[in-house]
Amino acid sequence: MADEETSGGEIENPGSSRRTFLKQSTALAALAVTPPAGITALGNGFPEKAAAYELLPLQVEINGTVQKLSIEPRVTLLDLLREQLGLTGTKKGCDHGQCGACTVHLDGQRINACLTLALTTEGSQVTTIEGLTKGDTLHPMQEAFIKHDGLQCGYCTPGQIMSAVACIREGHADSPDEVREYMSGNICRCGAYANIVNAIMDVKQGGAKV
Amino acid sequence: MNPFRYTRVTTPKAAIAAVIQEGGTYFLAGGTNLIDLVKREVILPEKLVDITKLPLATIEKTATGIRIGALAKNSAVADHALVQKQFPLLAMALNAGASAQLRNMATVGGNMMQRTRCSYFYDPSMPCNKRSPVQSGPDKGQPNGPAGCGAIGGFNRMHAIFGGSGKCIAVHPSDMCVALAALDARVNVAGPKGERTIPFTDFHRLPGDRPQNDNTLLPGELILSVDLPTNAFAEHSHYLKVRDRASYAFALVSVGVGLKMNENTIQEARLAMGGVAHKPWRLTEVEQFLQGQPATEVTFRQAATLAMKGAKGYGENDFKLTLAPNALIDALKTATKTA
Repeated sequence: MADEETSGGEIENPGSSRRTFLKQSTALAALAVTPPAGITALGNGFPEKAAAYELLPLQVEINGTVQKLSIEPRVTLLDLLREQLGLTGTKKGCDHGQCGACTVHLDGQRINACLTLALTTEGSQVTTIEGLTKGDTLHPMQEAFIKHDGLQCGYCTPGQIMSAVACIREGHADSPDEVREYMSGNICRCGAYANIVNAIMDVKQGGAKV
Repeated sequence: MNPFRYTRVTTPKAAIAAVIQEGGTYFLAGGTNLIDLVKREVILPEKLVDITKLPLATIEKTATGIRIGALAKNSAVADHALVQKQFPLLAMALNAGASAQLRNMATVGGNMMQRTRCSYFYDPSMPCNKRSPVQSGPDKGQPNGPAGCGAIGGFNRMHAIFGGSGKCIAVHPSDMCVALAALDARVNVAGPKGERTIPFTDFHRLPGDRPQNDNTLLPGELILSVDLPTNAFAEHSHYLKVRDRASYAFALVSVGVGLKMNENTIQEARLAMGGVAHKPWRLTEVEQFLQGQPATEVTFRQAATLAMKGAKGYGENDFKLTLAPNALIDALKTATKTA
């Protein structure tokens, strides 16, 4: 069985145990109650605290760049993108798969990054909103969102755009009604829906390559 | 999220071995429900066994129908030509569920394994016999929050009208499972003692005294595939889902219908309801009644009355006692094209 699985508990961090974690976290707690120096120390100590947990290797291609990482099992793809790779275009809205702000493409399919454990993306290709732009040239869907005013506050927009591009690629943008149905996983609290539908229909009817 | 350990496996055998090795270990597939439950601390896993790399995502024609791998994504099944042509009820049900993103993640096996959306189950500060069973028995996991049922006498608008018990009135949230129950699907599973096949209608169970058990899987069993037998219902199939908004919401009531018609006469019927019980609610008695009946409103009303036998409201969900028969009549009208 051992050759059939990648069991990481034992292979990484042989030196870290519950005991060392407790020592580290006790030290951190002590520092935390002595501000302001403690705040700096706590900030510096955080990677050590995180390192007390199991870290596993992950190789994933993100926006065309192969990333070789070492991460905790509980890290979601969303947190990996935002917190470790600095790709903050992908937004955290509900963090429970209900709002669509975290929509990215995984091997060409739109998914919710918040409910995807990063380790499950091993060997995959991820595209985020940052990967949609070619240099300084905006993607036709980004242009259309600007043209049609498909946003107000803009927080849901990266997710809306990633979802909209996939919606057309899937062949689910043949009518405004179909767009509304297939975009229902992206919530916009500002209520820019009418303009979002117009933007998507414009790109679809314009025939631009998405 | 609380920390947990993680193992990736590449064979079903290794997956089963990893999950029976220690308590608190769960298979991880699409993660659309499990990761949410872990974040909310409804489930506190010791270890997750990543089965996403198992070769179980194939959808293929068989001698008797179609076999759908447990790891086939909901969107892949819904878009598959064979499914759309022969089992449109399944495609309709799948597309009525969740969002495009979630359907790209969620698997067939995971859809079957999803937990109830009862808000008491989802909140560990609230009483719930499903999350915190009083009896321990062979069930894995420790109590998590107070026991009891908050929904009985509480907020129960989404809850069951059929088959509830004094311990639990939660409903199974799946759309896909309603179609699979209606279409006589069979579930192929593998476990520590080998493989077996479970009729779909026996896969999920009613709560009784063990609401912690959503289904009849034994410890360590892994879903491999679902078989659907060829049928003659493709032309007269309909999935009606009634919900609080037009899309992306769980069913208040749903109805899956498959009929074989000879002109205006119903020759054979398959019926199941969702959002009304702890399992997809197959209506075999109503199916028998419909056999040989003319497709008329009178027939449909009689069918609906029969379907509601034994239904019970719990206060806030009393409206389902009216909504469910009306939805059934409406779905039958659409399927028979007499609307």
